Amino acid sequence: MRNIFLVIRREYLVRVKKKSFLIMTILGPLLFAAFYAAVIWIAIGSVELKTVQVVDESNMFTNQFKDSESLKFDYLSSQIDSAKKEFQKSGANALVYIPKNVIKEPKSVRIYAAKNVSMELKSGIEDVIEKQIEEIKLSEAGITHKILEDSRVNVKSETISLSAEGEKTSSSGAATVIGGICAFLIYMSVFIYGTQVMRGITEEKTNRIVEVIISSVKPYQLMMGKIIGVALVGLTQFVLWILLTTSLSSVATNVMSDKIATEAKAVTEMQQKNMPANGMPGGNVQNPVAEVMGAISSLNIPLILSCFLFYYLGGYLLYSALFGAVGAAVDNDADTQQFMLPITLPIIFSFVFAQFVLRDPDGSLAFWTSMIPFTSPIIMMVRIPFGVPAWEIALSMVLLVLGFAGTIWLASRIYRVGILMYGKKVTYKELAKWIFYK
Amino acid sequence: MNIIEVQHVTKEYATHKALDDVSVNIPKGCIFGLLGPNGAGKTSLIRIINQITGPDAGQILFDGQPLHAGHISRIGYLPEERGLYKKMKVGEQLLYLAQLKGLSQKEAMDKLKVWFIKFDIKTWWDKTVSDLSKGMQQKVQFVSTVLHEPDLIILDEPFSGFDPINANLIRDEILELKQKGSTIIFSTHRMETVEELCDNIALIHKSHKVLDGAKRDIKEQFKTNTYFVEYKGELAINPDRYTLENSKELEGGFRRTNIHLPLGATPNQLLGNLLNQVEIRSFGENIPTMSDIFMRAVNEVPEG
Repeated sequence: MRNIFLVIRREYLVRVKKKSFLIMTILGPLLFAAFYAAVIWIAIGSVELKTVQVVDESNMFTNQFKDSESLKFDYLSSQIDSAKKEFQKSGANALVYIPKNVIKEPKSVRIYAAKNVSMELKSGIEDVIEKQIEEIKLSEAGITHKILEDSRVNVKSETISLSAEGEKTSSSGAATVIGGICAFLIYMSVFIYGTQVMRGITEEKTNRIVEVIISSVKPYQLMMGKIIGVALVGLTQFVLWILLTTSLSSVATNVMSDKIATEAKAVTEMQQKNMPANGMPGGNVQNPVAEVMGAISSLNIPLILSCFLFYYLGGYLLYSALFGAVGAAVDNDADTQQFMLPITLPIIFSFVFAQFVLRDPDGSLAFWTSMIPFTSPIIMMVRIPFGVPAWEIALSMVLLVLGFAGTIWLASRIYRVGILMYGKKVTYKELAKWIFYK
Repeated sequence: MNIIEVQHVTKEYATHKALDDVSVNIPKGCIFGLLGPNGAGKTSLIRIINQITGPDAGQILFDGQPLHAGHISRIGYLPEERGLYKKMKVGEQLLYLAQLKGLSQKEAMDKLKVWFIKFDIKTWWDKTVSDLSKGMQQKVQFVSTVLHEPDLIILDEPFSGFDPINANLIRDEILELKQKGSTIIFSTHRMETVEELCDNIALIHKSHKVLDGAKRDIKEQFKTNTYFVEYKGELAINPDRYTLENSKELEGGFRRTNIHLPLGATPNQLLGNLLNQVEIRSFGENIPTMSDIFMRAVNEVPEG
């Protein structure tokens, strides 16, 4: 036990003291924060006032386009030809031309602009025109504005999950996001840290230090020490990332909170102004941020966190043992390729399956892939935020423990032979033989 | 008293037998030469003693007890293929290796200080191993092998890669360790080393032990009862008393001839015989070198 602890400590310290670890630890959250900040800046930056000129030959749309913080509509009385000539000089961003017979030929509406106009502006303008035409046609058919307004109901559904504890509001949106993030983190870390285990073992083998070490430590202890040491490095990195990211993003949020607030208000105002005819009642407009926060708090966070930890470790142990066996079987990094494929395939497959499982978290694909130890770490984490029966989680966990116990046993059999084997191109047949050596 | 008793050890790999019923005793306090051509099975035997692998049959006694995990800290092993963690600092690395052998951090520190002063390598503590030359790395590795003052030190080709000055330094250390009571096993095919340092040897060839015992006894056993004589004049052929073997001309009219004596004849009788015939400059017995013995023992073993 003392030896395995010594090995763990060395593996851990050597990696944590590396410059690349420090760089990754600092750079990770910085990149994340920079990305986050960039998204916000772009969102804010796009809120510059744009002028849109309207030439309305049909005279049906006067003052139907409402100004907002980002859009200002100018109604021109000139003809479209002269308006087009003046357009460059006027400094306006876009020119909307509505011909006389727009009701009969709705596709004749034209938007002229120096650059391409945004989808948002285009669809906003189209919406207003469509609604107006619709209304005109309806009133021609004898339906009044009043009936029309009454017939507009706003349906908004809430998902309620029925469980033993009673009804609980849940959000499939939040579950999708959380499940996706968990799956991605496990996928990435299995790859990153599994390869680190493999590299470490190949390094010891090519350095020829392994013979000295295993004259003091059992090969199994050395392998497990390395696997656990690297796992701790991964956990340390996660914890540091989470701490740094939350503090950085809260700083970023604080700095920009004023702008975000104005922005949010502007967006709401614009939405309201853009659909004046059907005047959505103000009370129905929900704050999306509050909605997401509420949805997240409706999820069983402690369960998700503890399951994440379990599946992260289980998946990592299962795969890093296999990566370790590959590292022991070959003489240098270049030779690892031939053995990598069968290991990486199930990881990649489970990540692909995860996309389908997100859409149907209770289907039979979801069930079976969350039971098989090779895919369960990723798939089960996708399902858990949606709610999974306790027996399924328990069964999947037991199977995962059996799974990694099995791969570790297998790997240690290959490892103890492989680390002392030099200069031989190893085949699968040979690996199978090693497993059954005494 | 033997520190190691190898009893009927057999080790088989998938394609070949590395050791076939090998029994060797290694007496305490000696320098023991484990000899044999490449691929004879020396490394397999050393790995079994180090508990890196186990024997398929037979057993090994360490200090009278069957080998167990507790013995690991009493053995120091320097493999033929040297290796250290390249990116680790010298001091950290030595501390780590010493702790794996069961020393506490403080003990390891105290002992390392002594060695760093002895080898005059104090400035190396914070150097990364990859910054050291190959010879310097070998020195570091030697320190790691003997730091925990093991009772048994196993050195696989210890002098390869050392310049003559450092080789001498290491040789003196080995002799000093022997003085202090350690037993040293050399695995080598450098016969000068064996000639100079070893008290006992065992020769392994094609998975079998073909020869073992005290170096002195083995030399005695391999003596051919031939003598050399350097002289001026003509030697008569006298098949009843002696046989003349190869002979060659030396400078100044001298000749050197090897003479084989029949069983029972003494060198004194031969000298008496020769004194009447020629003017003798020098005379002596042809004692076989380890190299001769090695070649003969290996060639005598039938193929297969």
